[in-house]
Amino acid sequence: MNVLLRAAVFSLCSAVVTLSASGCSSREGGLRIIDPWTRATPLGASVGAGYMTIANGGAKPVRLISADSVVAERVEIHAMSMEGGVMRMRPLSDGLDVPAGGEVELKPSGMHLMMIGMKRPLIEGETVAIVLVFDGGVRLEAKLSVEGIGGTHGH
Amino acid sequence: MDIKTLRIVRYAASGLIAVFAFAFLAVGLGWLQSGRPPADVLPTGGPVVGAFELVDQGNRPVSERDMRGRPAVVFFGFTYCPDVCPTTLAMLTANLGFMGQQADRLGIFFVTVDPERDTPELLAKYLSPFDPRIRGLTGAPNQIAALAKSLGVYFGRSEIEGGGYTMDHTASVILLDAQGRFSATIAYGENSDTALAKLRLLAGG
Repeated sequence: MNVLLRAAVFSLCSAVVTLSASGCSSREGGLRIIDPWTRATPLGASVGAGYMTIANGGAKPVRLISADSVVAERVEIHAMSMEGGVMRMRPLSDGLDVPAGGEVELKPSGMHLMMIGMKRPLIEGETVAIVLVFDGGVRLEAKLSVEGIGGTHGH
Repeated sequence: MDIKTLRIVRYAASGLIAVFAFAFLAVGLGWLQSGRPPADVLPTGGPVVGAFELVDQGNRPVSERDMRGRPAVVFFGFTYCPDVCPTTLAMLTANLGFMGQQADRLGIFFVTVDPERDTPELLAKYLSPFDPRIRGLTGAPNQIAALAKSLGVYFGRSEIEGGGYTMDHTASVILLDAQGRFSATIAYGENSDTALAKLRLLAGG
C-alpha cells in the first residue's frame, strides 16, 4: 500500500476507532487500529479471523494481551505459518508486542485475531466490533468491516 | 578486485559447491526426507488414490472409485479453520462458476482432517454457501489418514495450551486425472486465473 493510500485509510479508520478509556476517537502518540477487516463466515463455521494493523505512536512498547467480541465466545491471538505447503496455526499465549513508534500487521497467512465459537455468522457488508485489551488496561474497540467469504482485502 | 577479495570469493564459491553437492546427495539418498513429502514434490506415475470409505455431507458413501473415472479436485481442511479453508473453497467456487457445465466433468472433494468435530451435518451447513458440486467428506480417522497418505498430504493434531486443539494440514489443492494419477496442485494463495487455467486443463475440452 502506498503512503498516501495508507494515510487515507488511517484517517478514515481513526474515525471509527474509539478509545474507551478516554472516549476520544484516537490519541496523538497513542495506539491506533488501522483498517480492521474480517470475512463473512459460512453458516456452520465456528471460527473467524480478524485482521488489522495496530500502530503504537507512544514512546513505550505495549502488549496486546487479550481481545473480546460479542459475536464469539472468545477471541484469541493466533499466528499462522506455511512451511512446505503445510498450514500451521498457534495461539500466542503471551500476547503480541507492538514496538514503540512501530506497528504490527495482522493479515492472512500471518497473525490474526481468532474468533472462536461464533454466536452467529458474519454477513458481508456489516461491521463487527472486537475490543482489544492492552497491558496497562488500555482498551481499544476495532470495528471490522466484513468482506465476502473469499475476501482478500485487495491483496 | 584485490587478492583478499578474490580469496573470499573463492572460499565462498567452494562453500556453495559443497553445500549443493551435499544437498544433491542428501536428496538423492533420501536423507532429507522426513516421513512426508512437501506438497510441491508429489509422486508421479501410476494411480495414487488408495482405498478408502467415507461419507459426504448427505451421508452418501464415497470411496476411491468416486475419485477415479473422471478427474478429481481434492482439498483437505476443516471447519475450525479461519483462513485457508474458506478462502480456498471460495476460490474453487468462483472458478467452478466460471467453468459452468465444464466443471460437471470434475469430482470435487473437501476432505476434513478433523472428523471429531466435522460431522456430515456440520459439513452440509459449512459448505452451503459454496458450489453445490463440492462434496465434503468425513468418516473414520483411519480412512481419512489412508486417503491423505496416498495423496502425500500431511495433517496432524496440535494441542492448544489451556485446552482445545487445532489441525496442521497441507494447504494445496490436489488435481488428479481420470485414472487417479497426479496431474497438478494449486498452492494456497496462487493466482486465481492460474488456478482456473489448471482446472480447465484438468476438465479437458
